[in-house]
Amino acid sequence: MGEYILLALSCILINNILLAQYLGNCPFLGTSKKMETAVGMAMAVVFVLVLAGVITWVVDAYMLKKFGLEYLRTIAFILVIASLVQFVEMFLKKSIPALYAGLGIFLPLITTNCAVMGVCLININEEYTFMQALVASFSYASGFGLALILFAGVRERILLARVPKPLQDTSIGLITAGILSLAFLAFKGMV
Amino acid sequence: MLTALIFMLGLGAVCGLILSVASKVFYVYEDPRIAEVESALAGANCGGCGFAGCSAAAVAVVSGQASPGVCIVGGPESAAKVAAIMGMDPGSAQAPVSQNECLGGFRADDKYFYNGVGSCRALSLVYGGKRTCRVGCMGLGDCIKACAFDAVHMGPDGYPVVDEVKCVGCGACEKACPKSIITVRTMSDRLLHFNQEDDPLAPCQQTCPAEINIPKYISQIREGDYEGAVHTIRERNPLLLTCGRVCPHPCENYCRRGIEDDEAVSINQLKRFVADYEMNSGKRIPIPCAPDTGKKVAVIGGGPAGLTCAYFLRRLGHDVTIFDMMPKLGGMVRYGIPEYRLPKEVLQWEIDGILGLGVKTQLNVKLGTDFTINSLIASGYEAVFLGIGAWKDYSLGVEGENLEGCYTGIDFLTRFARKQQGDSKENIYIGKKCAVVGGGNTAIDCVRTLIRLGAEEVSIVYRRTRKEMPANEVEIIAAEHEGVKFHFLAAPVKVIGDENGRVSQLEYLKMELGEPDASGRRRPVPVEGSETRLDIDMLVTAIGQGPDVSFTDEGKRIRDLNITRWKTIDNDPEVLQANIPYIFTGGDAATGASLVVEAIGGGRRAARSIHRYLSGEEVAPVTKSLRKKHIPESLFEMVPGVKKTKRTPMPELPVEDRIRSFAESDLVIQEQDALSESNRCLSCCRLCYNKDA
Ligand SMILES: Cc1cc2nc3c(=O)[nH]c(=O)nc-3n(C[C@H](O)[C@H](O)[C@H](O)COP(=O)(O)OP(=O)(O)OC[C@H]3O[C@@H](n4cnc5c(N)ncnc54)[C@H](O)[C@@H]3O)c2cc1C
Ligand code: SF4
Repeated sequence: MGEYILLALSCILINNILLAQYLGNCPFLGTSKKMETAVGMAMAVVFVLVLAGVITWVVDAYMLKKFGLEYLRTIAFILVIASLVQFVEMFLKKSIPALYAGLGIFLPLITTNCAVMGVCLININEEYTFMQALVASFSYASGFGLALILFAGVRERILLARVPKPLQDTSIGLITAGILSLAFLAFKGMV
Repeated sequence: MLTALIFMLGLGAVCGLILSVASKVFYVYEDPRIAEVESALAGANCGGCGFAGCSAAAVAVVSGQASPGVCIVGGPESAAKVAAIMGMDPGSAQAPVSQNECLGGFRADDKYFYNGVGSCRALSLVYGGKRTCRVGCMGLGDCIKACAFDAVHMGPDGYPVVDEVKCVGCGACEKACPKSIITVRTMSDRLLHFNQEDDPLAPCQQTCPAEINIPKYISQIREGDYEGAVHTIRERNPLLLTCGRVCPHPCENYCRRGIEDDEAVSINQLKRFVADYEMNSGKRIPIPCAPDTGKKVAVIGGGPAGLTCAYFLRRLGHDVTIFDMMPKLGGMVRYGIPEYRLPKEVLQWEIDGILGLGVKTQLNVKLGTDFTINSLIASGYEAVFLGIGAWKDYSLGVEGENLEGCYTGIDFLTRFARKQQGDSKENIYIGKKCAVVGGGNTAIDCVRTLIRLGAEEVSIVYRRTRKEMPANEVEIIAAEHEGVKFHFLAAPVKVIGDENGRVSQLEYLKMELGEPDASGRRRPVPVEGSETRLDIDMLVTAIGQGPDVSFTDEGKRIRDLNITRWKTIDNDPEVLQANIPYIFTGGDAATGASLVVEAIGGGRRAARSIHRYLSGEEVAPVTKSLRKKHIPESLFEMVPGVKKTKRTPMPELPVEDRIRSFAESDLVIQEQDALSESNRCLSCCRLCYNKDA
């Protein structure tokens, strides 16, 4: 049990996918202008990442490894994740319309999200077991959400501040992201 | 190598298979237009439109939440394609366009000085912005940055100006503006807007019962855009020729120019000027209507209230029929207000314009006799507007008032008007010495008509003093000029006849003013033993009128219609719906005898409610409705910095000419006078105004 808690902590804080691994920068900057959007995106990522992490682990363990086709990993994962997202979208639309209304519009944006792909590949590289992969996927996604929501809060505040013209909008966003990332650096060495 | 190929093929096939099965199993019906619209968008999935990708944007367009111009990458071409798919013409009446309501700009005062913030949204978080005006523009141009079509730019006066040709109505500016100064509305939304507490409104516009945007049309006149001015007035009032002639212009009483000892802007004469300009130009300015909805509405009564309601409902796309008991439309404006005040040719031109939009008519049919509300509902009308006016004269209630030679006001005016307009051939008796009892418009119209018909001596007998007369001030003055005698503080008590049963004398009691009553008017009380007799051979009593609600005797359902103590039709004053949900009512029938503009305001308000009723929306009142109340902060004690100027006088026919004929007595002002008068307007808003006007 303790091992899983450690794993979760390290995925959420120390190896935060956005602020330590620098993956998924495009939704990080794109959907962080408003708190509402950020929350929606965070939930969608949690949902998709857990599913993708688990399924790609299965694909890797029972197909790629079995046939010695590890070199096809990236392309196979792309195909699997894209189909998965499409499938989930269709499924939600029909079966759980309420959830679809909340997450639906963010799902297509995740199809091409490198954070999702990144986590799936990390799971394999670190040679996690199935349970570990599950916990790691969930934790990375939570870390993503945490960082995104923190960042959106900061950006809403920045609107009020006096920002020199050349630094407005995305530029100041990147600087803020850098500072946030430095703050997360402090978690290094915790585990 | 082969394994890799087979593996990838297999994986692809499995994914494809699962997806295609899923798309069958999880199929949800989707409007086919969504896919079509999506293909007309740029497909960049950039989210710049504010929706999560192109397909979300397409859904929003089809569900009406976004306009055809939503795609910022596709630009005007994509907008045109989408509009075609949606069956809308992007340039047509219903395409939403952005409008800026605030003209404050640099002239508005600052509350504090601060230039650290570059965005309106941020500035609005600091004490609601730096300008003293709570609702006004902050001038940092968030709307300009938001516009992807370059259709908004900062004007020279410090407020944004919208280029309507470039605007595609995407709504980005409205979303960006923290103050709802810049709004994107379709024509229907604009026609149905009512004054709200947070609107940027000049005092005159708050007062006008029809809520015309007065400063806007005056500034259009100033710029020589007469067509634009007509258009602005028509968004609120379809009877501009009529109002330009007969409206007692309550707006002018609240004009900021009129505060202190300056003179109010001659708002109504400017209205008449542009209205006459359109008529005399010989060409009607086209009036756009929304696409047909196919819903049928019956409007009963073709007076100002009915005509207005029909006009707005028609512009909203409904199928409207006006039912009227008289042979021609116009109501009291045609059969009450005499020719010399409103030539019937002018009225007919105005009514033809409204009918030209596709409003149908059924004339010479009376509600209660020829048809009932039930019969209308049975023949497919979904809602009914009752604008039957106030056509029943009150009687004086004194002995002898039914002697030969005695008439009631509306009855007399209507009979004469019908004869004059060739509807009837009846001979109307005109006395030599006539007395008219009453102090309202009807009484004055009676005396002025009698003078023109050759009566030698005409007098008004009124219970109170001149100050309390409800008639329009200009009318009273005109009557004085035309030689009418006034007996004030005189209450008729008896009508005396000769041996043939003809009226010969009117006996009245002198009155004096007593204590003020609840309405603040001082009540007249009779002076004992002051009976006086007036020799007359014709008497007209015009002491007021109320609606004729005898139609409620017919039919089961209609008997439940609530009627007030004053015999008016009861309604909710905010939405004008009667207690029977499909019946709406306005004008004199609901308010009791009132004014033309009042009836026009009522007609439009009812049109809003009927439109909501027909579209299945709740018939809810306007939020933060102002309804002729004033915004306290906009009423000033003084207007510092304004140079006083004289108001343009109204040109009139000389008295000798006008008492001999029914030719129009008030004339229209000249173009140069209209321009100089329009320059007197201070273009007010809630707090700011143009000091240099
Ligand atoms: C003599 C006079 C002078 C006036 N002067 C002025 C003025 O200078 N300025 C001003 O602002 N206002 C003036 N008014 C007031 C103004 O005319 C009215 O307030 C206004 O016309 C009211 O409009 P309405 O549509 O409610 O009713 P109306 O104009 O009275 O119209 C009612 C219509 O309903 C029809 N109708 C009635 N009963 C039935 C029925 N049972 N079935 C079918 N149809 C029916 C009538 O034929 C009529 O066409 C004056 C009024 C009078 C009488
Ligand atoms: S000056 Fe013009 S805007 Fe101001 S109250 Fe008078 S008419 Fe209206």
